[in-house]
Amino acid sequence: MIWNEKMECMEPAQMKDIQSGRLKETVQYVYDHCPAYKKKLDDAGVRPAGIKGIDDIEQLPFTIKDDLRDNYPFGLFSSALKDVSEIHVSSGTTGNPTVVGYTRDDLKLWSEVMARALACAGANPGDKIQIAYGYGLFTGGLGAHYGALELGLTIIPASAGQTKRQLKLMTDFKPRILACTPSYALYMAEEAKAMGINPAQGSWKIGVFGAEPWSESMRQEIETTWQMLATDIYGLSEIIGPGVAQECPHKDGLHIFWDVFYPEVINSKTGHAAQPGQDGELVITTLTKRAIPLLRYRTRDIVRINYQKCRCGRTTPRISKIKGRTDDMIIVRGINVFPSQIEHVLLSIEGIQPHYQLIVDRKAGELDELEIHVEVEEKIFSDEIKQLRSLEEKIRKEIESVLGVFAKVKLVEPKSIERSEGKAKRVIDKRVI
Amino acid sequence: MRINQISVFLENTKGRLFEVCSVLGQHKINMRALTIAESQDFGVLRIVVDKPAEAVKILKENGFVTSLTDIVAVEVDDRPGGLAHILEVLSKEDINVEYMYGFVEKALEKALLVFRFDDPDRAISTLTKNKIRVIKKEEIINL
Repeated sequence: MIWNEKMECMEPAQMKDIQSGRLKETVQYVYDHCPAYKKKLDDAGVRPAGIKGIDDIEQLPFTIKDDLRDNYPFGLFSSALKDVSEIHVSSGTTGNPTVVGYTRDDLKLWSEVMARALACAGANPGDKIQIAYGYGLFTGGLGAHYGALELGLTIIPASAGQTKRQLKLMTDFKPRILACTPSYALYMAEEAKAMGINPAQGSWKIGVFGAEPWSESMRQEIETTWQMLATDIYGLSEIIGPGVAQECPHKDGLHIFWDVFYPEVINSKTGHAAQPGQDGELVITTLTKRAIPLLRYRTRDIVRINYQKCRCGRTTPRISKIKGRTDDMIIVRGINVFPSQIEHVLLSIEGIQPHYQLIVDRKAGELDELEIHVEVEEKIFSDEIKQLRSLEEKIRKEIESVLGVFAKVKLVEPKSIERSEGKAKRVIDKRVI
Repeated sequence: MRINQISVFLENTKGRLFEVCSVLGQHKINMRALTIAESQDFGVLRIVVDKPAEAVKILKENGFVTSLTDIVAVEVDDRPGGLAHILEVLSKEDINVEYMYGFVEKALEKALLVFRFDDPDRAISTLTKNKIRVIKKEEIINL
């Protein structure tokens, strides 16, 4: 079903009017309510009155992740904190995490777009959904929850982890829909087999998978193993969380809900619009958010955009699966990891900054594994194995507490990390996705 | 009476021990004692050589991470209970042994053992007081 036929199937010309009105209002709103944005717009020489419609969007300055970090925690909010109903936090590059807030209306918006996404994947009111995204500061669990509530699904809020219990819930309650990361879906299949459960006879018929990049071949594997339709959902906490864009059963791009999240695809080097049909960086402007509206937010995700009407009847443009990143961020088990964070951790331990390398791998049917190689320098070298082991342990613990992700730490000999043009290659992503 | 031990960081990869030994051999440095401590991914090679300062310089030049540690070499009676006697003496004085290993075999009547202590000076004075012979630096060179 199409949850909001009016907005999702509107003729583009008519949609443009709505977007134009909303953009004008949003620019004026942030200008009036957020001093940091007022300064940003003043610095760029933009007067809110000069923004007459959506075509003027290119006059606006970009917003980047550093803007959120520099204004930590609430400096980029346009609402007073007393009007904010909920706060979510995701890991940032160094030091400060990214903080976002939702007013009551924003939560309604989140429920609305997430309901659209679940319906777009094929969910119908009355279906049971097992939500195996983490509940908490991460937007995945609660975002899916609000949407499911709005759509009228029966929610099993399992949260992430405890695989045996997940499988028991599936076997006993027979939910039709599963929401989790794609790698967790595969991991659960392996666990199911080990427990003597045949995944092909499982109850999940539709998967709403996101929070990490995944490929067509991974989709095929999930679909064959679980005998389900595996759809891709896109979102980021800065914009709202899950529910920014979602695939319909035709699986030909993710419908982006452009009446509220206006997409542009730019050449990340020039900052100008990418040629139609070419890959570029996805930039999103929130058109109706209140707590923390963002103008031209650079997602750093590389996509292609298709404005043609879809066979499903929706007129919303479709973005491709995420093809890469413009920065060196990697996503490990749904968690954003920046090499600079690792650098920060190493520097905080014994004041050293040795060469290091991140190696991410994902064995078939297993979760992502992060291994960190650290070159041993004289300052940290000891003749005692237990000292070296405890150094490994210290780094591992610190990384786990800062990034929230388990990493295997391995000490290696100096110069053993490959350097190209004198610069060490920081990330090796061996995952086949 | 402290003796220099050289420790070298080694990844558990093929041929690394050979490379250390080969570099030392080329520079006519003789090893007196050797042991390897290992974890899953890496090991620490500990050696006692005739020319420690020179050996460290050469190893560093060849890109190895090394460090010098003071150790104590002790003469042990080559008879049942020889080592036990020494450990008893140390234990009574509450001296902790971090690790220990034997010397490369020589045609001697006595066995030689290398000890790594937290506090080598206190260990040396305890051992001497109990009439256990501690080997001098020069003796190592001339072994």
